[in-house]
Amino acid sequence: MDAFLASLVSIAFHGLAYGMILYAISVGLSITMGLMGFVNLAHGVFAMAGGYLMFTAMTTFGLPWLPALAVACVVVALGSMVLERLLYSRLYGAGELEQVLFTIGLIFVAVALARLAYGPLPLAAPLPEWMKGQTEVAGRSFPTYRVVVIAASAVLITILWIGLERTRWGAMVRAAVDNRAMAQSIGINTGRLFTLTFALGSGLAALGGALGADLIAISPTYPFEQLVYFLIVVAVGGLGTLRGPFFGALLIGVGDTACKYWVPEFGAFFIFVATIVLLLWRPQGLLGRAA
Amino acid sequence: MTRTATAAIGYAGSGRLRWIELAPWALSAAVYFFAPTYLPLGSYLLIMILFALSLDLILGYGGIVTLGHSAYFGLGAYIAGVFAVHVTGDPLLGLVVAAAGAGLFGLATGAVILRTHGLALLMLTLAITSIVLEVANKWTSVTGGADGMHSVPIEPILGLFRFDMFGKTAYLYCLAVVAAGWWIVRSIVHSPFGMALAGTRENDVRMHAIGAPVYRRRLAAYTISATLAGIAGALLTQTTQFVGLSVLGFELSGEVLVMLVLGGVRRIYGAFVGPAVYIVARDYLAKLFPEYWYLGIGILLVLIVMFARGGILGLLDRARARLGGRSA
Repeated sequence: MDAFLASLVSIAFHGLAYGMILYAISVGLSITMGLMGFVNLAHGVFAMAGGYLMFTAMTTFGLPWLPALAVACVVVALGSMVLERLLYSRLYGAGELEQVLFTIGLIFVAVALARLAYGPLPLAAPLPEWMKGQTEVAGRSFPTYRVVVIAASAVLITILWIGLERTRWGAMVRAAVDNRAMAQSIGINTGRLFTLTFALGSGLAALGGALGADLIAISPTYPFEQLVYFLIVVAVGGLGTLRGPFFGALLIGVGDTACKYWVPEFGAFFIFVATIVLLLWRPQGLLGRAA
Repeated sequence: MTRTATAAIGYAGSGRLRWIELAPWALSAAVYFFAPTYLPLGSYLLIMILFALSLDLILGYGGIVTLGHSAYFGLGAYIAGVFAVHVTGDPLLGLVVAAAGAGLFGLATGAVILRTHGLALLMLTLAITSIVLEVANKWTSVTGGADGMHSVPIEPILGLFRFDMFGKTAYLYCLAVVAAGWWIVRSIVHSPFGMALAGTRENDVRMHAIGAPVYRRRLAAYTISATLAGIAGALLTQTTQFVGLSVLGFELSGEVLVMLVLGGVRRIYGAFVGPAVYIVARDYLAKLFPEYWYLGIGILLVLIVMFARGGILGLLDRARARLGGRSA
């Protein structure tokens, strides 16, 4: 019985860490998809870029862990702004197929560039010494790295929620999600809002990718392999909401960890089945509004 | 959107066979006689043409954007492999069984997912191919898991034509099957059913209003498309005597989508031109610059979406129109 309890705690803990990372990466996707109606399959590219940039900042430039994380986040956010202005913004009115193709093209480019720059093998995430040990929490010991991941993500999520619920900028974003034409007509500069929100979402993805580099290994095929999970989180949670993807991410994180722990021979099978059942029951997602 | 739509009506308007439509087959025959060393590549190309054709039916004509069409291709490939190992190596029988299996799976999954639209539909197609991939990966006793199935036995076609080591029989076998698939898709597109399908893409509300069974039309197209994709997959297993996990998953779905778009969506012959250019270019370039290949394909895809939505055939049409529009 005690062993079972221990496994439950372990699954909840590892699932929470995984779910938090999934949320940090996917929440930007949910906002941009809800705000701009853009099917951005290339979102994982930003997370991968974050992981690689942090690796470079730490190994080549010798930055400590936290500044490296910040540098990766800012660089990716700025780079995504350029991409949004130059390319994405031209396809806001285009059909689903065009957006899907365009973003698959971006994935191809990113995968090739990553392989050219860093080689085909997954990166070993460089962790500082203090993060490699175990931490005692409530009489049990947990890997410090994952405790840090959970804590950092929690801080991040709180800031994000406060930002969107309490600030003027957040009110503008929510207004534009609800009714873009009306938001525009009362003088909100939606074009600039889109660019900034896109940059924020990409920056968060980079942060998630870099922070979670030891959980979800950074390799050139990352945008392809992880895409399903990011999309599931968004589709299950619902578009344009903050809370929906949070529940989606926790569900996937804990569910996936539990499946891999108890029935490893089925792998990710249950996650996909659960996704299908959920989407058939609520096509707009858990917290999404009916179209 | 409308630009390509009017171009497509030109094809759909008249079902009569034009001379230019025989060009792919003449070219295929020429390859057989004059470039025998390229027959294995040619067989692979023919298979991808059939796969792209099946996708064009639902994506181009039906307007169903899918990221999971490899599920049916891969299922057909695995059924053909398992059937050959455990029942009989007769290729035609294997083809029929694989087609039936993929078609039934297409009917079952289509009946469920075609009730949704937009992101949910996109996700469901992706989830389905991910599930099939996961099953093929984990069910090692049947599928061989990550190693795949090697040396799948294959008997002579009709007991008469043995598969030779130069790939001659395999090439002709593929050619015959793909030609049949082409004829089926072509007939569907020019039929009243094909027009109704195009109607569901253009304006499904109006199709509902005139009493057309939108859901059933789309489901029928989806099932036919899945069947054809399954046949293409089975051909790949039979001609290479190997089936592995690469016949499933998002990457293959994306790749066939790229091939189709490169040639031109909703034109039938885009599904010929696209894979031909893609596969031949990859055969040359990927050996020389393996890394730059994906870089180039990615950039090309972005350029197509930005500037040439009709693909290669769309560009040709535009060039012809600029030269005086004599052929219009």
